[in-house]
Amino acid sequence: MEVLFAIMVGTLYGCALYLLLRRSIVKLTVGLILIGNGANLLLFSAGGLVRGRPPLVLEGTSTVPAPYADPLPQALILTAIVISFGVLVFAVALIYQTYRALATDDLDDLTTTDRLGEVSETAHQPVVPVGTSLSSDQGS
Amino acid sequence: MDLLLTLPILIPLTWSLVLYPVRRRRALSHAIAITGATLLLGATALLLVFLVSGKGIEVVTIGSWPPPYGIVLVADLLSAAMLLVCALVSWAAVVYSTDWIDPGREQAGYYSLVFALLLGVNGAFLTGDLFNLYVWFEVMLMASFVLLVLGVERGQVEGGIKYVSLNLLASTFFLSATGILYGIAGTLNFADLSRVLESVDPHILNVVAALFGIAFGIKAGVFPLFFWLPASYHTPPVPVSALFAGLLTKVGVYALIRVFTLLFVHDPGWTHRILLACAALTMLTGVLGALAQHDVRRILSFHIISQIGYMIFGLALLTPLGLASSVFYLIHHIVVKTNLFFIGGLLERRFGTGLLDRVGGLFRTQAWLGVLFLIPAFSLAGIPPLSGFVAKLLVIRAGLAAHAYLATTIAVVVGLLTLLSMLKIWNEAFWKAPPVPAVVNERPGPYSVQVLLPIFVLASVTVFLGLAGEPILAVAQRAAEQLLDRHGYQAAVFSIVAESVGTGG
Repeated sequence: MEVLFAIMVGTLYGCALYLLLRRSIVKLTVGLILIGNGANLLLFSAGGLVRGRPPLVLEGTSTVPAPYADPLPQALILTAIVISFGVLVFAVALIYQTYRALATDDLDDLTTTDRLGEVSETAHQPVVPVGTSLSSDQGS
Repeated sequence: MDLLLTLPILIPLTWSLVLYPVRRRRALSHAIAITGATLLLGATALLLVFLVSGKGIEVVTIGSWPPPYGIVLVADLLSAAMLLVCALVSWAAVVYSTDWIDPGREQAGYYSLVFALLLGVNGAFLTGDLFNLYVWFEVMLMASFVLLVLGVERGQVEGGIKYVSLNLLASTFFLSATGILYGIAGTLNFADLSRVLESVDPHILNVVAALFGIAFGIKAGVFPLFFWLPASYHTPPVPVSALFAGLLTKVGVYALIRVFTLLFVHDPGWTHRILLACAALTMLTGVLGALAQHDVRRILSFHIISQIGYMIFGLALLTPLGLASSVFYLIHHIVVKTNLFFIGGLLERRFGTGLLDRVGGLFRTQAWLGVLFLIPAFSLAGIPPLSGFVAKLLVIRAGLAAHAYLATTIAVVVGLLTLLSMLKIWNEAFWKAPPVPAVVNERPGPYSVQVLLPIFVLASVTVFLGLAGEPILAVAQRAAEQLLDRHGYQAAVFSIVAESVGTGG
C-alpha cells in the first residue's frame, strides 16, 4: 500500500513540476493544485498506513494494541487541506485579476516588474473593469 | 507569565478581528490600530525584559497538553528579541500607514490584514512545534498575499503572481519535508525532534535538511531562490513594502536559524558548508543586482537579499560569535531596512516616481531629509558609529575566527558596494540638479507627523544601537549561547511535563 502511495505521490509531483514549468498561468495554477495534493498524500502516508485499526483504547485496557493507525498525520492532512484550499481560491482569483489587467495568459509577458531601468507607465493604474479593458488593451 | 507569552499572539488576533468591522470609520480605525501596535510593543518589551532578567527561556503548553503531544509556545531570547523588533517596525508602519494608505484600501480592511500578518509572524517566532510553524507561516503568507495585491493595480497583480506561486511552492516543500521528518522521527515537537534526531541515520537527515533549506531559503530570499522578492516588493504601497521588507524574509531567516541550530547539526561539514556558499553568493548577487537597478525601491529590494547573506553567514559558521552576529544583524537590519523604505516613499511622494533619472535636488530644499536618509543608508553600508558597523564587524570577526577567509572577503567587498549603491541614491536624489521638466508633485506641502515620527524613531534606534548597543549585544551573545545549547532547550520544554505531572495538571 505504501508503495502504491509512493508511486502516486511521485506521479503527482512529476505532473505538477511539468505544469509549473509551462508558460501558461492557468497551467501554473493547476500545477500548484497538484503539487499541494501530492504533498498532502505524502504527509498522509508518512506515519505508515494501517488498515482497520483505529487508535482506540478498548474497555478494560489502558493501552492500544500494537499495530494501529497513527491519528496525527490525519489531523495534519486535514489542516493542510483546509489551508491549501483557501490559498488556492485566492490564487484563482488572482489569475482572474491578472487576466483582466494584462489580457494575457503567458507568463513571459509578465516582465514589467522585473525589467531593468524602466517603470511601466501603467504600473500604478488600477485594473479597469471587464469588457471595456480587454478590447482597448489589445488595441494599444 | 503564561499570559505574557501568549499576548504577542492574542493582541494581533483580537485587533485583527476588532478592526475589520470598523474599517469604514477612518479616524476610529486609526486610533484602534495605533493603540494595538503600541500595546504589542509594550507587551513584547516586557517579555524581553522578563526573559533577560529571568532564566532566559520560558515555555507555555497550549491547553495544558504536555509536550511532545500538545503544542508548546517557547520564548527564548532570539524569539523575544525578534518579537520586540518586529513590534517596533510594525508600530512604525501602522503610524506611517495612517497618513499614507488611501481610503479605498482602508475600507477593504487594510489594518485588519496588517494585524493578521503580525499574528502569523509572532506565532512563527513563538511556536515550539514544526507543524504549528507551518500553520503560522500560512497565516502570515495569506495576509501578505492580500496586502500585496490590495488595491489591484497592474504592477501589483503582476508582482503578486510571482510572489504567490513561488511562496506556495516553498510551502509545499515545507509540508513535504515535515511529512518525511515525521515518518523518520515520529514527532514534530522541536525539543523532542532534536532529542530523537541525534540517533537517526545522518544520510536521510541530509535530504530532509536540504528540503527545509529550500523551503525556508525561498522565504528568506537566499541566493538561487530569491527571484520573487525583487519582482514583487516594489509594487504595493510604500508602507506595505516597508513592512514586508522588515518582517517577511526575516521570518524565513529565523526559521533557518531555528532548524539549523536545533535539528540539523548532525553533519555541519555538509549542511552548513552549503549554507556558507549560499550566504556568500547571496551577499554578492544581491548587491550586484542593486547596482544595476535605477529605481529607489528596487535598489532597496535587492539590498534585502544582499543583507540576508550576512545573517546566513553567521548561521553557517555555527560558532557562538557567528550566531551572535546573525542575531545582532537581524535586529539592526529590520530597523534600518524598514526606515529606508519609509524615506524612499517620501522621495516617491515628492516626485511622483522612484526612478532616479526623474528625481534630484532634494538637498537644496530639504537638507534635513538628506541627513535622515544618510543615517540608515550609512548604517546599511556599515559606516561607524551606526548599528551596521557593529553588525558587520561582528560578522567579519566571526568569519575570520572560523577561517572562512573567502566568504569574509566577499562580506567586506559587499559592504563597499553597498556604500556605492547608497551613494548612488544620495547623488541622484539629493545632490544633483533638480530634474529639468517640471516635477509631478502629487502631494506637496509639509510632511505630516504620522510620516515623520516613524522615520525619526527608527533613525534614533539605529544611532542608539551603534553608540550604546552594548546591552543589545549582550542579549545577542546570550541568545547565541542559548541557540547552541540544545540540551538546555530540551530540558526547558520537558521540565514543563514534570511540573504539570507534579501538580496533577
